[in-house]
Amino acid sequence: MDLSLHPHWAVWCIVVPLLASGLAVLVPRWGKTVGVVGALLTLLAVGGATLHLLAHGPQRIEIGGWGAPLGIQLQLTGPALMMLWMTALVSVPITLYACDYFVTRSQQLRFWPLWLLLWATMNMLYLSADLFNLYITLELISLVAVVLVALAGPKAIRAAIRYLLMNLLGSLCFLLAVALMYGAYGMLDIKMLAEQVEATPLTGLALALMSIGLLLKSALFPLHIWLPPAHAGAPAPVSAVLSALVVKASFYLMLLLWLTLYSSLVTHGLTTLIGVLGIGAILWGSVQALRAARLKQLVAYSTVAQLGYIGLAITLIDVAAWQPVLTFMIAHACAKGAMFLAAGNFQRAAGHDRMALISTALRALPVSVFAFALAGVSLIGLPPSGGFLAKWLLLSAALDSGRWLIALALVGSGLLTALYIFRVLERAMRPGANLQPVGRVSPLMEWSAFGLGLLAILLGFAGVGITQIVAEWPV
Amino acid sequence: MSTVAIYLLTGGLLFVIGLHGLIVRRSLLRKILALNIMDSGVFMVLLSLAARSDPPDPVPQAMVLTGIVVAVSATALALVLLVIAPSRYTDEHDPNA
Repeated sequence: MDLSLHPHWAVWCIVVPLLASGLAVLVPRWGKTVGVVGALLTLLAVGGATLHLLAHGPQRIEIGGWGAPLGIQLQLTGPALMMLWMTALVSVPITLYACDYFVTRSQQLRFWPLWLLLWATMNMLYLSADLFNLYITLELISLVAVVLVALAGPKAIRAAIRYLLMNLLGSLCFLLAVALMYGAYGMLDIKMLAEQVEATPLTGLALALMSIGLLLKSALFPLHIWLPPAHAGAPAPVSAVLSALVVKASFYLMLLLWLTLYSSLVTHGLTTLIGVLGIGAILWGSVQALRAARLKQLVAYSTVAQLGYIGLAITLIDVAAWQPVLTFMIAHACAKGAMFLAAGNFQRAAGHDRMALISTALRALPVSVFAFALAGVSLIGLPPSGGFLAKWLLLSAALDSGRWLIALALVGSGLLTALYIFRVLERAMRPGANLQPVGRVSPLMEWSAFGLGLLAILLGFAGVGITQIVAEWPV
Repeated sequence: MSTVAIYLLTGGLLFVIGLHGLIVRRSLLRKILALNIMDSGVFMVLLSLAARSDPPDPVPQAMVLTGIVVAVSATALALVLLVIAPSRYTDEHDPNA
């Protein structure tokens, strides 16, 4: 049987984690098994979707046989497939890590259904083809993510509430924009809308509302204030998911809308504004990362800074479109996932994550330090990592179009990243007493962090494939 | 001014009032209520868009129904978090708020 002929791989990418999530609710004591099997089957479904795309090109699926305008449609395109891969590649190691991370029964009971549900909703966002469905997926992602943050216990509740309020505000701006778009054009399907959209003031207002809403969810400076407490306060696997995957979903959506629906309205001034915010994010995030008193705060501020690169990349969408941004997102997802998992190991072993006292834990866990270092190499952008490839693509796009300032910002910010990465690595070299471990770090927790770090490096070799798939089957 | 326009503007106004409350109020409960007012504003915009044609357009109405479900779930989640939050975090005069 030719697997690429099976028409519904894309649907399985959503259905598999959704069913697994339901099963984890029904039979809580199978949580771990359901989680791991569900993760592997979802990976398989993404593989199937890839075969389908390679063999038959982009795909539209009408759910339940109902077409537009009333029915819900899914679409599988090159960029969507890349996001599915990013999610799957990062999620599998995180799933393995979570098997050993959650020790109390109540955390295990809650984690598995929510985590699988979050995965399903992210895949749903990447595959959705109409504006209202996109709103629903955005909202689902935020709600589930907030509950996952709250799993960390009483200390994290306040961060969770702040996270929830900010995200609801973002979703509401998006929903109002969807209403305006429907009012103006009487349709919701992205592809159909893209053919109709005209540069009217009403469409401009919708673009502004959508962009503000999505930038708020993506935590682009100065809308990032909710991110560090939520990402630093969550349990380690959840921090990894939030920083690596969840913030990318809204950025992907913004890029999708800008490149399809609003391509006639997105002016040079608008992308420049995002670029300036991006530079602000890189500076502010890096400085805060250098000053952070706790390791997880450092990693969370590093996310604020790295999201600034996506802002910079957006100034180049007129010349480079999807490729550099997607490559950057995937490289950052692997690196940041590895960093948070490693940070979780240090925190577990030492019982805290205070920078001043973390060096004993660093010395006790060499594999995790190696994982952190590999991720750091990719974040700084040293060859041959995925981060290097992404920055190379961005840099050549900037130089080809004569934007020297952006090229300069790209190069300079690598140095800032190096500073805060070495702030951690330097502590691993310090002499001192041996650690009296507070919590147990299993080999699985160490090696899954290492696996993700290695992936961040190996991506440097897979970049050509990413570029080809995206270039051949754009939205 | 047509009836639809009045409803549209009222919806927009509710959205802005809610936004103001969300930003200005410090109490978390008030912030949650402000978000609900914004919800109502968006729903009103959608419903007045539906009322432009006769018979009314069913698509925005379906969107509002789904939107209500989402809003109720989000409010419920926010309220639960508010209830389980350690009390000093919900204090209106929290110096860190």
